[in-house]
Amino acid sequence: MFASVLVRLVNTKPKGRGNNRRQAAGRRGKKVESEEEEDEDEDEPPKGRRGANRKKAGKKAQGSENEDSDGDAPKRRRGGNKKKGAKVQESDEDSEEDAKSKKNKRGAANKKQKEEQNSKDKKGDAKGKDAKGKDAKGKGKGKGKDDDKDKKKKKKKDSSSDTNSGSEEESMSEGEMARLMEEVEEKKKLIANIRNKPWRMKRRLMLLREAQQFVDKFEGALGKGKGRKLYAYKVMMMKVLMGLPYGSIPRKTVPRADQPTAMDYSVLMDFNGYCKYSVLFYGYYNNQRTIGFLKFRLPLSYLMVGIGTFAYSLMVVIRTMAKNADVGGGDGEDGEFTFAWKMFTSWDYLIGNSETADNKYASITTSFKESIVDEQENQKDENIHLRRFLRVLANFLITCSLGGSGYLIYFVVKRSQDFANMDNLSWYEKNEVEIIMSLLGLVCPPLFETIAELEDYHPRIALKWQLGRIFALFLGNLYTFLFALFDEVNAKLSLEQSNEDSIKNATIWYMKEYYANFTAYNNDTTATPPPVNPADIIRGPCWETTVGIEFVKLTVSDIQVTYLTILIGDFLRAMIVRFLNYCWCWDLEAGFPSYAEFDISGNVLGLVFNQGMIWMGSFYAPGLVGINVLRLLTSMYYQCWAVMSCNVPHERVFKASKSNNFYMGLLLLILFLSLLPVVYTIMSLPPSFDCGPFSGKPKMFDVVIEFIDLDLPSFVGTIFGYVANPGLIIPAVLLMVLAIYYLNSVSEAYQNSNNELKKKMQMARDEEKNRRNNKDSTNQVMKDLEDLLPNRSLAPPPPPENSEPSGKSPKVKPGAAANGVNLQKDVSLASANPNARGPVTRPPGPRGPGPLPGHSAPGGGPGRGRGQGPPRT
Amino acid sequence: MGNKQTIFTDEQLDAYQDCTFFTRKEILRLHGRYHELAPHLVPMDYTNDPDVKVPLALIVNMPELKENPFRNRIVESFSEDGLGNLSFNDFVDMFSVLSEMAPRELKAIYAFKIYDFNVDNFICKEDLEKTLNKLTKEELTPEEVNLVCEKAIEESDLDGDNKLSFADFENMISRAPDFLSSLHLQHLSDTLIQNDLQSVVTGTVPPWSNSGLNVYLRDTMVVSRT
Repeated sequence: MFASVLVRLVNTKPKGRGNNRRQAAGRRGKKVESEEEEDEDEDEPPKGRRGANRKKAGKKAQGSENEDSDGDAPKRRRGGNKKKGAKVQESDEDSEEDAKSKKNKRGAANKKQKEEQNSKDKKGDAKGKDAKGKDAKGKGKGKGKDDDKDKKKKKKKDSSSDTNSGSEEESMSEGEMARLMEEVEEKKKLIANIRNKPWRMKRRLMLLREAQQFVDKFEGALGKGKGRKLYAYKVMMMKVLMGLPYGSIPRKTVPRADQPTAMDYSVLMDFNGYCKYSVLFYGYYNNQRTIGFLKFRLPLSYLMVGIGTFAYSLMVVIRTMAKNADVGGGDGEDGEFTFAWKMFTSWDYLIGNSETADNKYASITTSFKESIVDEQENQKDENIHLRRFLRVLANFLITCSLGGSGYLIYFVVKRSQDFANMDNLSWYEKNEVEIIMSLLGLVCPPLFETIAELEDYHPRIALKWQLGRIFALFLGNLYTFLFALFDEVNAKLSLEQSNEDSIKNATIWYMKEYYANFTAYNNDTTATPPPVNPADIIRGPCWETTVGIEFVKLTVSDIQVTYLTILIGDFLRAMIVRFLNYCWCWDLEAGFPSYAEFDISGNVLGLVFNQGMIWMGSFYAPGLVGINVLRLLTSMYYQCWAVMSCNVPHERVFKASKSNNFYMGLLLLILFLSLLPVVYTIMSLPPSFDCGPFSGKPKMFDVVIEFIDLDLPSFVGTIFGYVANPGLIIPAVLLMVLAIYYLNSVSEAYQNSNNELKKKMQMARDEEKNRRNNKDSTNQVMKDLEDLLPNRSLAPPPPPENSEPSGKSPKVKPGAAANGVNLQKDVSLASANPNARGPVTRPPGPRGPGPLPGHSAPGGGPGRGRGQGPPRT
Repeated sequence: MGNKQTIFTDEQLDAYQDCTFFTRKEILRLHGRYHELAPHLVPMDYTNDPDVKVPLALIVNMPELKENPFRNRIVESFSEDGLGNLSFNDFVDMFSVLSEMAPRELKAIYAFKIYDFNVDNFICKEDLEKTLNKLTKEELTPEEVNLVCEKAIEESDLDGDNKLSFADFENMISRAPDFLSSLHLQHLSDTLIQNDLQSVVTGTVPPWSNSGLNVYLRDTMVVSRT
């Protein structure tokens, strides 16, 4: 009953702690009286020594179990009897045995004890036995696992006894706790005095080790030291969330046939063996409706988490996009200020490194040159037919290669299904799909880039095309992969339907046979046979886990390829370029190989794609999320290192700014596309009958219906019934469509008025410019009218303002700026900055020298657009 | 850096806090930086507002400014005398305006001042030429420079006087998507960014502990807009 005590301890934390403290204090006081001062010292023995002891003892632990139990038994019995004399005999025994098993958990179970356990188990509940039998067999496993198992076993036992004698134990928790405390103290005493005991060294070490383990374990539970919180958390997690531990039921156990190889490296690398039956994958989770006293509904929450992730991601992506659209509102009119923006905002004031600064200078220069070329090219017009032809050709080529890659993947996946039925495959044959996909991801982007040279787009547009194509490639590959996978799943499912009954029958038959054998073997009809080991039970297939494994494998191979590419393509290249340069005929750094460029857009795309895989795969393999967290963390530092040490900036660098919705759009698209298969499975495919949280249900979605029916008040069920009624859904959809239409037209109207206003501003601006320049109307009609006036042609030349020297500007006093601002506001709409505070820190001084006239620049700057140059006479 | 009380009084710190975008700690750190520039000039005790100015040449050599092509203009436009000698107040002001938190309007004003090389409150063609030459290290031909300057003026000159008034400038700059982030000076703690970078590369310092890395990464990945 230890576990129950502990759990209760956890549950009644505040109260318990107070008690513990008091008791501990009291006991300590007593102890100090009764024990030598040495005891105090040993209360917290130095860690190192303790560890060393444990290690030493661990080696010798094997054979001395017998002695131990002999030596300890009286003590324990005494402890047990003292505190709970009133307790029923059975539970007493139970707890004793429990304690014993706890003590022995590190070592191999000895025969005697096993027998004892077995006989007692007959009275105990079946599941606990299960676990114990498993325990005895699972020697080969890691100790940690054993440990966990044991704890969970206790928990299990506890929950069963809860139902038996809940109220009785409730009142006893105090006593139990006290008993536990006492035992801990006893152990401590033992640790302190063990050197005075007249025992053999072997036994001494053995006892010491056990006592220390005991103390370590329960001190935490009893609220001393910092172990407590962790312990409580562990117990909580196990009790509340995890459900049954590994090895407790068939779906959580490696089948007997696979067990010998289950721990092999090659098997684990394929995510078979122990990996396949671990928390990583769908199949591990049980379909038990509620777990623990909190009634944690694992199947329901599995579904809800799956769907909720999608809902949340959608919301986040769309919100970010909306925000970006809001911020980058003026993004549409790039062309307006190209040169001015370049001039005033291209330097990054954060730059403090001379090398970076040099790069920046170079990139600014190139960007200016590009703009200049663009500007000049705007005028002339090339052979449009050739260009068009080349573009069509390029697109054709790229479509071909996309189709080819899709077919290749389909072919490979199909082949892998054949391979799956064969034995002794080579490494390549096993990993063919992943290798081909990664290779395609490596080869195709450069190919596309080469083809795109034909098109001769503006670099920015070319980049978008390139990204779109790579994206299409990735997505196409992923979807082909998925379709092939679902083909397989469907085949399996149809097979499963026919097989399901036979497998169930086989299981029942097996059980019967097992029991028959048992009785025949033992010749004892009264004894209940130990239950079948979960590893032996015949199991149905689990297509969800298969899909999950495929995704995890894909992710892992993606990680490997990425890392290797960086290591070879970047690091090795950089090394060669750097060090071979001393003895080479041409300059390697500036010449042919040079250093690798950091491909920002490709990396971003990789991230997006990876995110898509997470979205798609995490329903079948919850562990995928963890793997990806690790991957992202490591790759951040790894790539950072690579960037810093062996990459040079991209020659033609582009803004990957936050306000760029392009990448977010890609993310949204891939989110939507990865949503489809998952929702399809949830809604329409029958889950495997023998694994996963939804086993036994015709559809995964039925979990929700069950929840509504069983756990919610009945009126909620009726409400849901109404809501799910098509009669309600169709109008709702209709309403939404109408709302979208309405909002769309409203925004269009706004857009129109916006454009209208812009046009007006532009007009006003031009008007203003021209009025200042030549006091002449820009409007052709007005001009014609003016020309028609009788004396116009004979009019004197415009006032001499135009010819006023421009040299006066340097002399203008600071106040003039303020003047300019005010003037601007008064006369034109164009300042467009109502909240411009400007440098108006002083009251406007005396009006400057009139409306500042432009001087006629030689290149004809002032009269842009429709404006004429200043009239010459 | 010493004790708080000996450098500033609480009132002074509060006042600085109200006048800048910095916290007390940052102001004290800035004082440390200021003191480092000219240890013999700048006293540690600022409680009685000593009239000390650090000359331009020293300030321009700070790691934050060292690589900036407009460093002289930055310092000059923040100095009260216009010659580039900064008192501590000016110094704090400079970092405050160029900090992350400063609003767009404020930055626009000072940017205008910075790019106005001949201090006539207009950005005229010569100013633009100087700016451009500093930005490109004079690698453009005179014709190209001329073309770019004319284009820039043509784009943003609203009132047709062939030079940019503040209104023109603000109208133009307020729509620039990356103006805010570009006019942003990071005041690093003590080390030069270069040292940071080197130490990151050699692994002596964890990469997350410095800001130089961010800068470098940002520059590597993101630069211009075509």
